[in-house]
Amino acid sequence: MSVRQFKVWRGDSAGGQLNHYQVEVNEGEVVLDVIHRLQATQEPDLACRWNCKAGKCGSCSMEINGMPRLGCMTRMSTFEEDETVTITPLRTFPVIRDLVTDVSYNYTKARETPAFAPPEDVAPGEYRMQQVDVDRSQEFRKCIECFLCQNTCHVVRDHEENKHPFSGPRFFIRAAELDMHPLDARADRKEYAQNSMGLGYCNITKCCTEVCPEHIKITDNAIIPMKERVVDRRYDPLVRLGRKILRRDQLEQEEVAVTTLHAAQPTPQPDGAAPINWHRELPPPMGADLGEDGQLPLNELASDRMGANSPFGDDVQFPVDPKNLNYYHPGDSDH
Amino acid sequence: MENIEKHQYDVVVIGAGGAGLRAAIEARLAGKKTAIISKSLFGKAHTVMAEGGAAAAMGNVNSNDNWMVHFRDTMRGGKFLNNFRMAELHAKEAPDRIWELETYGALFDRTKDGKISQRNFGGHEYPRLAHVGDRTGLELIRTLQQKIVSLQQEDYQEYGDYDARIKVFAETTITELLLDDSDGTTRVAGAFGYYRESGGFVLFEAPAVILATGGVGKSYKVTSNSWEYTGDGHALALRAGATLINMEFLQFHPTGMVWPPSVKGILVTESVRGDGGVLKNSEGKRFMFDYVPDVFRKQYAETPEEGDRWYTDPDNNRRPPELLPRDEVARAINSEVKAGRGTKAGGVYLDIASRLPAASILKKLPSMYHQFKELADVDITKEPMEVGPTCHYVMGGVEVDPDSQATKVAGLFAAGEVSGGMHGSNRLGGNSLSDLLVFGKRAGEYAAAYTEELTGRPAVTASDLDSAVEAALAPLQRAGGENPYSLHHELQQVMGDLVGIIRRQGELEESLGRLAELRERVTKVGSTGGRRYNPGWHLALDLRNMLIVSECTAKAALEREESRGGHTREDFPKMDPKWRQINLVCSVTPSGDVALAQQPVPTMRPDLLGLFEESELAKYMTEEELA
Repeated sequence: MSVRQFKVWRGDSAGGQLNHYQVEVNEGEVVLDVIHRLQATQEPDLACRWNCKAGKCGSCSMEINGMPRLGCMTRMSTFEEDETVTITPLRTFPVIRDLVTDVSYNYTKARETPAFAPPEDVAPGEYRMQQVDVDRSQEFRKCIECFLCQNTCHVVRDHEENKHPFSGPRFFIRAAELDMHPLDARADRKEYAQNSMGLGYCNITKCCTEVCPEHIKITDNAIIPMKERVVDRRYDPLVRLGRKILRRDQLEQEEVAVTTLHAAQPTPQPDGAAPINWHRELPPPMGADLGEDGQLPLNELASDRMGANSPFGDDVQFPVDPKNLNYYHPGDSDH
Repeated sequence: MENIEKHQYDVVVIGAGGAGLRAAIEARLAGKKTAIISKSLFGKAHTVMAEGGAAAAMGNVNSNDNWMVHFRDTMRGGKFLNNFRMAELHAKEAPDRIWELETYGALFDRTKDGKISQRNFGGHEYPRLAHVGDRTGLELIRTLQQKIVSLQQEDYQEYGDYDARIKVFAETTITELLLDDSDGTTRVAGAFGYYRESGGFVLFEAPAVILATGGVGKSYKVTSNSWEYTGDGHALALRAGATLINMEFLQFHPTGMVWPPSVKGILVTESVRGDGGVLKNSEGKRFMFDYVPDVFRKQYAETPEEGDRWYTDPDNNRRPPELLPRDEVARAINSEVKAGRGTKAGGVYLDIASRLPAASILKKLPSMYHQFKELADVDITKEPMEVGPTCHYVMGGVEVDPDSQATKVAGLFAAGEVSGGMHGSNRLGGNSLSDLLVFGKRAGEYAAAYTEELTGRPAVTASDLDSAVEAALAPLQRAGGENPYSLHHELQQVMGDLVGIIRRQGELEESLGRLAELRERVTKVGSTGGRRYNPGWHLALDLRNMLIVSECTAKAALEREESRGGHTREDFPKMDPKWRQINLVCSVTPSGDVALAQQPVPTMRPDLLGLFEESELAKYMTEEELA
């Protein structure tokens, strides 16, 4: 047993601050244990969601040293003895109180995502599917709806205005799950994701995959295939061939990008300060590249890229330099 | 004057786990305006914790399976104390309820010919559990959640409002049921509670209320249950005038994690044993062979060699004793630990690492592997797990009509873990997920039908509402009162130490004294802070529920002088056929005390009795019954 230092954000929608606490920590404990001890001994009204305490329900999502995590799955042994652990609420959603945020955005998006369409001519009990065909959808059904992917996605993290058109990674995997469901009767899942869920906003930085406690390969297995197949359907075969080549190049770059991110040092965190500056201004998004006539290219054949233009401006290179991210990026030590 | 938000519904379902959601779907399909009250966010219910699967005799893996075999297994598991009609309905209807889930979008693991795969589980004669890896509960809750969303989308098409006919009230707690007895019959008129987020009060006026609040595990120190499991539905039913049965029967899951301490109580699914895992004591001995009770002797292997052959050739060998019903396994582990052959943390070893190659462990138990690696830094493909008995499930619950799930109070229904009778003295693994589907559906159906019969809507009286408001606000007005967290801790201590897995008369008597003291102190509980998302206040309100339910358990455990299923008396170690005929029924007197009465167990129909061999019935029944 030892006494460790913690900073916990307390407040509500009107504002708040990081309070400093000293809490006992026993061997084998996780951050959620510390919060419970804090409630039982110092702050009985500290608000925090939790349920199963076993990484299965996805309730205790929070940001620990700036990293989106589940409190029940973050072992205290992953921190140094003398390290101050800073616990803040999810940043993308409005604060209700202390560590509890209003996650209704996600439930709204869930409702807007078309449900499973059962095949009309197959009676209950007559469904036949091969394991190999359900494997892919089953990966996405592992989702525990902790919403860490939604929280970390930079399309909405500091862009309230994107919440309306953008459903987020959690619902892209839902769309992909139904798209890959062997018996789903709807054939337009990808088009729907592209046209009505804002799939085009995603520029595959893989932040969602990185924070997923269920290790679902959100980007590789759901988003990229969805984007590719949207392309397959929307363009003629000749163009598709060209796109595929381009696509492959881009994907290879992606692989390199992730390695770079991991190799980066964590953002230094001055003592006494929040791990991230919540008020910092980001460079405004650049518009799309316009043609000589000041217009967008008339048809995609003439465009130098596939899919929609990035809301961040097409001049943004990925990976973004970790120092310029508007969230705290972990280093290897956090894994 | 307190501002109270009011809503009118036809059917209000309290609880958003499997039973609650299934009931709500059925009520909405019957055309009723339905509200779902969830203590947590939508989709976080404790059902997600169920790992093994849902038992249904579909016969996909072994075609010899049918409802009669499932019924027999269920009755054997419950030591013949089950409500036979519930066990019958459950066994007959479970396959339809599972198949229905596929039409909602569920994706179960498959057999080679593309049907739903079924796995072996403790107490089930054939492979019977429909499953999805080891996250079946999550699949079930997500499927039901998504079905509700799909119904809401239909309503949106029709009315332009997702919430037109079915609405989820997330993070809302019901503290009191309100009644109307103006026509001489006590009827449910509504439910009163608060929103966690704002602390604001809300009244649901509804002629039918379905309790689907789950269990009571939070009264125990080592438990797999989440904070929500405070016996709310049990207590609401008692205070409304309904009765509880079988409250002495609590299931201690034989294999919960005992190390490291922060994850004490988290369950290790039985399928670890179904797939080849064995239990060993600190001396390295595979001890379960020493603990096969006479009633099971015929069905279980006598040597490790025979047991090991069973995994690949179940038709010609008997199953290993690691797959005995849960209570037998829990008791065996307890005996080993008491005899000094346990681990330092008070458990035994569950070893799968030395029995299967790492790759098959990863394939068969992915989330188990993940859980142990992340939470405890234990690699189950390399080292054994440390496990011990954990409070897991309450067999007892609200006494209901087996067909309609109606309680003694008109308009009040109960389904899932909060209801009693289905599992008798012990629940088989896998029977809870199917239970909540079968009886959730029935509760929804009959609650909807009940509202049809009513001529007028029952009305809530102003004075009842006032006292509900007063009771809910009381802890906040007692700033210097008892700390709810310490009271909760003490309650868990009393229940864990004195009303735990192995019980004795002296300890049970002592527990009643301690609980009475605690009850006194709970009336003085205070919470600091305001009404917005204040967990101290919420706990203070939950405490009285936990306390009254704990009293029921302690009283019934003292009264039942035998050992059966989830109730083990050290001073009465044998099963007594006379006690098999008796249900213990708890109610609350006007002064708020728990009253206990004996009531005969319903007599099984001859056609169902005929499913058993007489020699088997002789193990459970008195000579007069058999004559």
